[in-house]
Parts: sequence; structure tokens; C-alpha cells
Amino acid sequence: MQIRIVSDDGVPIYIQIVNQVKHLVASGRLAPGDEMPSIRVLAAQLTVNPNTIVRAYLELEQAGIVTKRNGTGTYVSEVRAPMLQREKIKILASRADALLTEARQLDVDLVEVIKLLRERNAMMLEEEIGK
Amino acid sequence: MKLPSPSSAEAVVAITDLSRRFGAKTVLNDVSLYVPRGSVFGLVGENGAGKTTLIKHILGLLQAETGTVRVFNLDPVANPVAVLGNVGYLSEQPDLPGWMRVEELLRYAQAFYPNWDKVYAEKLRAQFGLDPAQRLSTLSKGQTAKAGLLVAQAHRPNLLLLDEPSSGLDPIVRHDILQAVVRTVADEGRTAFFSSHLLEEIERVSDQIAMLHHGRIVFCGSLDEIKARHRRFTLHFETAQVKPPVIAGVLSLSGEGKEWTVMCNGTRTELPSIAAGMGARIIDDRVPSLNEIFVAHAGTFVS
Repeated sequence: MQIRIVSDDGVPIYIQIVNQVKHLVASGRLAPGDEMPSIRVLAAQLTVNPNTIVRAYLELEQAGIVTKRNGTGTYVSEVRAPMLQREKIKILASRADALLTEARQLDVDLVEVIKLLRERNAMMLEEEIGK
Repeated sequence: MKLPSPSSAEAVVAITDLSRRFGAKTVLNDVSLYVPRGSVFGLVGENGAGKTTLIKHILGLLQAETGTVRVFNLDPVANPVAVLGNVGYLSEQPDLPGWMRVEELLRYAQAFYPNWDKVYAEKLRAQFGLDPAQRLSTLSKGQTAKAGLLVAQAHRPNLLLLDEPSSGLDPIVRHDILQAVVRTVADEGRTAFFSSHLLEEIERVSDQIAMLHHGRIVFCGSLDEIKARHRRFTLHFETAQVKPPVIAGVLSLSGEGKEWTVMCNGTRTELPSIAAGMGARIIDDRVPSLNEIFVAHAGTFVS
């Protein structure tokens, strides 16, 4: 599991872990049923306090992202919680912002951008059918 | 035995009202701190703040002039064997007998600690890449730190005590040291106490911190609580300010022209109205990093 911790921007480390696990799940890099690393292993891997991992896992469990099975460990939940859709939208929103900023700098208006998205989408679908 | 405070029952280290003078200089001034069992306790402070002097009291190398020091509820000066037998200590410059070979060091250290774990020591030696036949005097600074860390860890001490362990070391050795700290706590709930001026390291692994400044404790407690008590605001003024704006009760203020950054203790709910009164907008409001908190506190005491 790839997680990167930065300690210079004031975001609590447990929230960084929670957010990155949510992204990993939303993007499919962590699949339902996958086993999460144990507290000790992840604490050593990230060199962070074990209590921080405990707190992150608790938060993820409460959000329905992971499930604890007694005695065996922590797993990515089988049932897709409704908030995962929100997470997906959140990921796309930052991409959309970048696209819109660039469009504005290049003086391309919103109608043109939407038209472009439709065209690109159509091309992508054609390619998939072609295969 | 009289306990200095109710919370000290679960404290591995309990220091109460400790003061220490060297000649005319007061190095520790009324210091009280408690290190809860199973925590990673980070001690921060500038060079000369008194960190090493404090650690020497925990080790029983210095006797408390005023106040009390208890480690595992014992006076470390009166009970050196019971205390030091349960402490793994690594100093900034480990004082290892240079004429010994690595394998001799392991046998030598083993004699001091009844709980020495030979298998674990060998595992650490291999993991750290230390050659058993190499003389200690020929080890690099990083290898010396690893050898010191090995000796500090291999008897699985109840308290791992590290004084500026990362000082002047490369990132790989620093990572090994931090991993030792994390493992100490993750395995069997033992306790780690370490001092450092690398605040990113402290922030990553500690759950309890204290800041020592000119011999006094500036703050001491849970890292989360201390962070939550501080806020960092960025103010944007309509016109460039020639002189720093005057705001009562802030820890520090920096910036120039139209943008100024204010560090506050507490959430300071009144700050938006103060800012509005001065013709400024708050354009950023966030929890600061430990580094920013440290700099703000250190600055307020420097004249």
C-alpha cells in the first residue's frame, strides 16, 4: 500500500492516511476484501506512531471503508459505502479545476471545453468498440 | 513512596519542579514533565535549551538540586542498577571503546544486561550491516550510531532514551533510528523518549511532546492537543503596511507589505473582527505544523 506522509503542512498525519486510503479504494488500487497492513507493519513502514495508525483505521472503519474481522485483521469493506461516490467526485473535481484554470488562461470558454469533453469521450468509446 | 502527582502512577518518567544551576547559569528552571507508559515522548528545544541536562537527570548521572526525578517510580541516583538495567540509552556521540571489534562490543554489552536477547542482537547486527570483525574506531559516524542503537535496543528496555540521535546523520541511518523508536512502542507497549531539533521527525513519531526553552518548559502534553491549541492566520491588507500591525496576545507575527502571518495560542475567535477593524481580510486559517509552533514560541522569548 503506497502512502506518503508530509509533515510540513499542518494536516494531521492520521487524516493524511485516511484520505489516501480513501483515494486508493476509490481508484480501485485497493479492492473490496483486500487485507490492510497490520498496525505494527504500517507504523514501521511509514515511521509514524502506532497510535496514529490505530486512529486512522478507526476513522476508516467508522466511515465504512474498512471492516475489522475479529482476530484476523482489517479488510477493505465488501459493500461499497455511498460516500465512495463522493470520493470519486472529489478526485475528479481537482482535475476539473486544473482543466478549467488552463482553459481560462488560454482564453477558451466553457462551452468549448464541454464540447471538447464530449468529442474526446466519443473518440474513446469508438476506440474501445474498435478493439 | 509519595507520588508527585496522581498521573505519575502510569508515568515511566516523572519529573517534578526540577531546577539545576551550573555556577551562575540556571540550566533547568522549575521543570515538570510526565512520560506516560507506552508513549513516544519527543523533547524539542534549541541547542543549549537544557535537553541533555534533563536527560542526564533521568539517567541518574546528575542529582536533582531541587525537585524530584523518578524513573519507573525509582530515584535513578539511588537505584542505578534497577533503572539503567531497564533503559536503552543512545547519545548524540555514542562513547564506544574504539579498540573493540563489533562482536566484542556485543559480548561486552551482554554482560551488563540480564535481559540481553542474543538472537535479536544478531538480527539487528545483520539488519544494520555491521561487520562482526570490524574495530569500532574504524566505523563511520552512521555505523557508530547503528552500533550504539543496537546496544541500546538488544536488551528490549522498558524505556528507550535517545539524546539527539539523528544529529548529523544521513537519512538512511535516521530512518533506522526512527524505526527503532516506532518498533519499541508497537511491540509490547514499551516507552520511547527522544530529544531532537528535527521537528518533522518528532511530529511524525511522537504522541507526547514537550518544548524546553532557556531551561523552562514552554508546553508539554499530547501532540494533537498542542497542535489544536495553535492557529496560523494569514491576513491580507488592502494597502501595504509599512510597520507590522499590532495585535494583542499573538505569539508571533511575520510578513511584509499586504500579507502578514499571525500565530495564535488558542482558536482566537475574535481575530476575524480584529482583522476587519484594521482593514484586513483573513485569507488563510489553518493548524500550524510543529515547526511553525516551535519557531513562534522560540521567537517570543528571544529579545
